[in-house]
Amino acid sequence: MDWPPIADIADKVRSGELKAVELVRGSLAAIEENKNHDAIISTLEVRALERAEQIDKAPAGRLAGVPFIAKDNFLTLGGKTTAASNILRPFEAPYQATAIEKLEAEGAICVAKANLDAFAHGSSTENSDWFVTKHPTDESRVPGGSSGGSATAAALRLAPFALGTDTGGSIRLPASFCGVVGYKPTYGLVSRSGVIAMASSTDVIGPLTRSVGDAALVLDVMSGKDELDSTTIDRDEKPYIEADQEIAGRKIGVIKEYLAQGLQPGVEKIVRESIDKLKSAGAAVEEVSLPSLPLALAVYYIVCPAEVSSNLSRYDGQRYGFSSPDAKNLEESYELSREQGFGAEAKRRIMIGTHVLSSGYYDAYYKKAQTVRTKIINEFSDAFKKYDFLAGPVAPMTAFKIGEKSGDPLQMYLTDIMTVAANMSGNPAISVPAGEAEGLPVGFQIIGPMRGDRQLLGLARKFEAIAV
Amino acid sequence: MSKLSRDDVLKLAALSKLRLSDEEVEKLRGELLEILNYVEVLDQVDVEGLQPTYQVTGLQNVTRADEPRDYGYQPEDLLKNAPAVQDNQLKVKRVL
Repeated sequence: MDWPPIADIADKVRSGELKAVELVRGSLAAIEENKNHDAIISTLEVRALERAEQIDKAPAGRLAGVPFIAKDNFLTLGGKTTAASNILRPFEAPYQATAIEKLEAEGAICVAKANLDAFAHGSSTENSDWFVTKHPTDESRVPGGSSGGSATAAALRLAPFALGTDTGGSIRLPASFCGVVGYKPTYGLVSRSGVIAMASSTDVIGPLTRSVGDAALVLDVMSGKDELDSTTIDRDEKPYIEADQEIAGRKIGVIKEYLAQGLQPGVEKIVRESIDKLKSAGAAVEEVSLPSLPLALAVYYIVCPAEVSSNLSRYDGQRYGFSSPDAKNLEESYELSREQGFGAEAKRRIMIGTHVLSSGYYDAYYKKAQTVRTKIINEFSDAFKKYDFLAGPVAPMTAFKIGEKSGDPLQMYLTDIMTVAANMSGNPAISVPAGEAEGLPVGFQIIGPMRGDRQLLGLARKFEAIAV
Repeated sequence: MSKLSRDDVLKLAALSKLRLSDEEVEKLRGELLEILNYVEVLDQVDVEGLQPTYQVTGLQNVTRADEPRDYGYQPEDLLKNAPAVQDNQLKVKRVL
């Protein structure tokens, strides 16, 4: 199925030229045809078709009749929400995420739930308790993660757009690996209510799309304050989809530390070409040093497990989700439900988090990491006094082989080395398809100032037009 | 270099409410050590005069009126995922 731009689909549904029911059927058929990629955990066929029929009776909204696919850590009605974990295998959400509600209010239709690393812990979808998603063009490779099912769905055009979450790079990395646009908004711009929490101080929600314009439209609908998430911030008053930012005259700093990280030669070539294209279009581009940025990964692997250990404590076998039938008393019920329900990566993160938060280690690990976080934020703020945007690679490599890194947790963590700083600081960042290296997609990362989502989307749109 | 004994791992597992198998304990000990050694790079960072950052947007004390609101859920809607329910309450195994 070749989907037109999202705004055009909605126009045609509103005018009656396209029927929501046909669009939903088209999306479900595409999902069925591409089953071999294991991008999808479940479809919401019955509910989606019911909603489509309703919409066709009185089509309205900025996303009228537009099907989409949500990562399976968004609570949705009409089926299960599992976060690709065993412990939530039987879970049926009693309410929907605010982001889903806002999309539905504008006429969008959630047709399916995409695979992820269980609880979004990972960079490849190999940590899914269900199955490994296969890369859209090379089934021997991973799609990246943790929003790997969503990126694969967007790349294979299973629906006009997909939703992901980005805690350390989980939208941008798979977007780069799969050749789609992946947008991580400023922290707090989209409500996290109803999205299964990973690391609450860095979790953000964003779209994976075929174009920057589509991403901007989806963000327009999802963003803004929500009383169900007290960390949300005000959105820009003007629509993101109208954002426009000339490349000429912009000052762009290319992060020196990311170019020095041992990039795969093919990735380095695309990144250098992207820089040249920005220069040719009239931007003032130069290398800038942010020496603390490479430390962001170490900060992340203290802060993230700490928050994970706290957020996953709610899965105790008593209130919802898997409960071990083998337990004889309450203590055993906690321990056995969690032991049998969590996968290896969740256990690792819970254990590290518990360690760094435990009495006697808290100052040395957790407080120190959060203080280095301040240093990273200060370097970003200083850089944005001089530059309009920062830029660089999304990751040092293209999509790797299934199994290549899954035996070594630290090697897997290192794939996030160039995305994670923007999560620790909260800055908006985007991965835009910039070319291919040995037949595999490579994304180019652009980072904007805090709350500079509009400028960033405007520039990314212009860059997209000259990128490939 | 960080140190982590088998007993340390078992203590963490108890705090985490995870009943690990012997095999898992040994595997996790190695993996945790590798990760803790990696994050030791932060020990060398000079953070003199800096305060920790726990959240990035500078919001403080976001409050709302303390008033009940009807979201339209019935108790059964919210209990349908519970492993065991009795009289609209969660039922758990004996504590002692």
